[in-house]
Amino acid sequence: MSPRRRPATVTGNSLEPLLATKEIVIFCGSGGVGKTSTAAAAGVAAATRLGGKVLVLTIDPARRLASALGLEGFGNLEKRVPDEALRAAGLEPRGELWAAMLDTKRSWDDLVLRHAPNEETAYRILENRLYTNITGRFVQSHDYIAMERLYDVHTTGKYDLIIIDTPPTRSAIDFLEAPKRMAEFFGGRLLRWLTLPYRVGGRRGARVLTAASRPFYQLADRILGSQFLQDIAEFFLNFQSMYDGFVERAQAVERLLHDRRTAFTVVTTLEGAPLREAQFFCEELVARKFNLGALVLNKTLPGYFLEPEGDEAAETLCSDADGIADAVAATGIAELGDGARNARVLRTVGDSFKNFAVVARREAELKAVLSDAPEAVVTIPNFEVDIHDVSGLARIGDYLFAA
Amino acid sequence: MRPAPDLLARRLLFFTGKGGVGKSTVAAATALLAAERGQRVLVVEADDKGNLPRHFEAAPVGFQPREVYPGVHVMAMRTEDSLKEYLRLNLRVPVLSRLGPLARALEFVATAAPGVKEILTVGKVCWEVRESIEGRADWDLVVVDAAATGHIIGQLDAPRGIKELVSVGMVRQQTDWMVELLSDPAITALNVVATPEEMPVQETIELVERAKAELAVPLGLVLVNRVLPELFTRPDEETFEALREPEATKILDEQAGPGATSVLEAARLAVSLRRTRVAYLSELREAVELPLVYLPYLFVRDQGVRVTKMVAEELGQELGL
Repeated sequence: MSPRRRPATVTGNSLEPLLATKEIVIFCGSGGVGKTSTAAAAGVAAATRLGGKVLVLTIDPARRLASALGLEGFGNLEKRVPDEALRAAGLEPRGELWAAMLDTKRSWDDLVLRHAPNEETAYRILENRLYTNITGRFVQSHDYIAMERLYDVHTTGKYDLIIIDTPPTRSAIDFLEAPKRMAEFFGGRLLRWLTLPYRVGGRRGARVLTAASRPFYQLADRILGSQFLQDIAEFFLNFQSMYDGFVERAQAVERLLHDRRTAFTVVTTLEGAPLREAQFFCEELVARKFNLGALVLNKTLPGYFLEPEGDEAAETLCSDADGIADAVAATGIAELGDGARNARVLRTVGDSFKNFAVVARREAELKAVLSDAPEAVVTIPNFEVDIHDVSGLARIGDYLFAA
Repeated sequence: MRPAPDLLARRLLFFTGKGGVGKSTVAAATALLAAERGQRVLVVEADDKGNLPRHFEAAPVGFQPREVYPGVHVMAMRTEDSLKEYLRLNLRVPVLSRLGPLARALEFVATAAPGVKEILTVGKVCWEVRESIEGRADWDLVVVDAAATGHIIGQLDAPRGIKELVSVGMVRQQTDWMVELLSDPAITALNVVATPEEMPVQETIELVERAKAELAVPLGLVLVNRVLPELFTRPDEETFEALREPEATKILDEQAGPGATSVLEAARLAVSLRRTRVAYLSELREAVELPLVYLPYLFVRDQGVRVTKMVAEELGQELGL
């Protein structure tokens, strides 16, 4: 274990205490807020400033970010980010940085192979056409499998800190429910009831319908056709053979998410919709007794837009552009010889400031309404370039660790 | 390539895009634009968040469409309600109380079986369009705030997928007319909303390629949202750079006060933000052979109906309306 520098209390405007004390930090938030980059930056910062063995488990990184972390191609393989890559970005590694990408299909296959009672059943499931469809398309399956994979990696005990970025979901809350829902789904009375005629009559045998289920099957036959229904039933019958292992596992995953060693970090921009989602998510986490560790406000405008001096200067540059343009022209700098052009540029500069200031004030106001925010709130500015390399991640890291 | 001017002449417009790019805003603005031109519009919010009415300063809606702005009705897709409606219309199951448990069981199958949820969404949308074409409903245009880039193919391909899975039965018969309607370029268009940033552009390029290869649904426009203004012409930019020389900055400080440095710094930020994004725009233009429409970044204080109107106005101009 590497030295950990601070006590376990989380306060202020830094992620450092969180990253130094927790074993799992889950980054969540709505799409497009910069979740993946922030999570990766936290990993880089932890490995270079705190030390230990750090894994960044990412779902769907931008291609250039993925290659910056050495994640070419697919597969669940964890790969070490070479120290040279960190040094090239001016960072001195204190620990090890590892990265892995989530391969949904592969993770599901692993899960089936692990829990199926025998090989024959496992392969019958893997070859079922509904199975491929479900694992590929079923939105909820991504939610579940990400958490399942997290559990899997955590139990190997290989890492001091695992940072995971969550899949894009319809609602940020979905993946929290996923383990429970999966367990309920496969253990549900409805499912048993639905597959009953197939169990009683054997896989290909005649269906023995109870009085309760008969109207349903008659209706379902008319709508879907009996063959389709039989395909579904067969699939779930096979899946049910894994029920015990599966539920046990889902419960373990849920326990891990609730464990005090796990903390959540909500990432958001200061725009209306993502912020509403973030606020809702913070409230839900607290209500469900998860550990809400920190809030990251990403892509914010610089603070100078809120200073009155800036406003005054912008105003003067616009209203007094001609006079100032002449004064500037007198410097003798060659490019400033044309007074009319100087005035035009000064007005543009002033107007642009006033435009952005409107947005900055809106951001500040939205920030103020965040009522249920955790104690640690970190602000990251809008960088003029997109972050897609390690030195960019290091820049974000500077803000994540701001003292 | 110039934008297809007949966008609003179609019956069914899907809007997709990476999360956070303003897909709902653009869908709402399209609806508003059409409504202001006298069309009766139904907006379908595919993900059942019920938030789309915010763009019209209205309260959340449910499965029943409600008018949120003159000429604009909004409904939130609830697959369970869609299923109940389907059963009621197709099977004429008389007693609603009996429908409850049955619908729940079918909803369960819907959750489990691939494509069933999607078909209930797309099916309802197609049904509204067909009813309108045949004069039983009076929507001139149905706008769908559809699934994000990651899930849109599955959503729109559901009728075909179901056809492959279900060999007989009523559902199969009904997928034929849906496929026909969805693949008619005079009726349907799939539009992609992006912002000039790395991931949204990348996802747009990938989606357009996949949609061309895998979907029969015709592609419409790519709408690039939040495009920052170009501040300077090239000569003006040289002047701006010169203003940042210490000698010039000193004069600006004297004349405009101590905030002048920040104002210059802010303009530099605006210039470089714009520059990074322009590179993504060129990448998009090169990779995607679809009409591109640009919607400006709006420097406004709120996000309600005022923004929807502004975006609608910009969209109208871009479409040459």
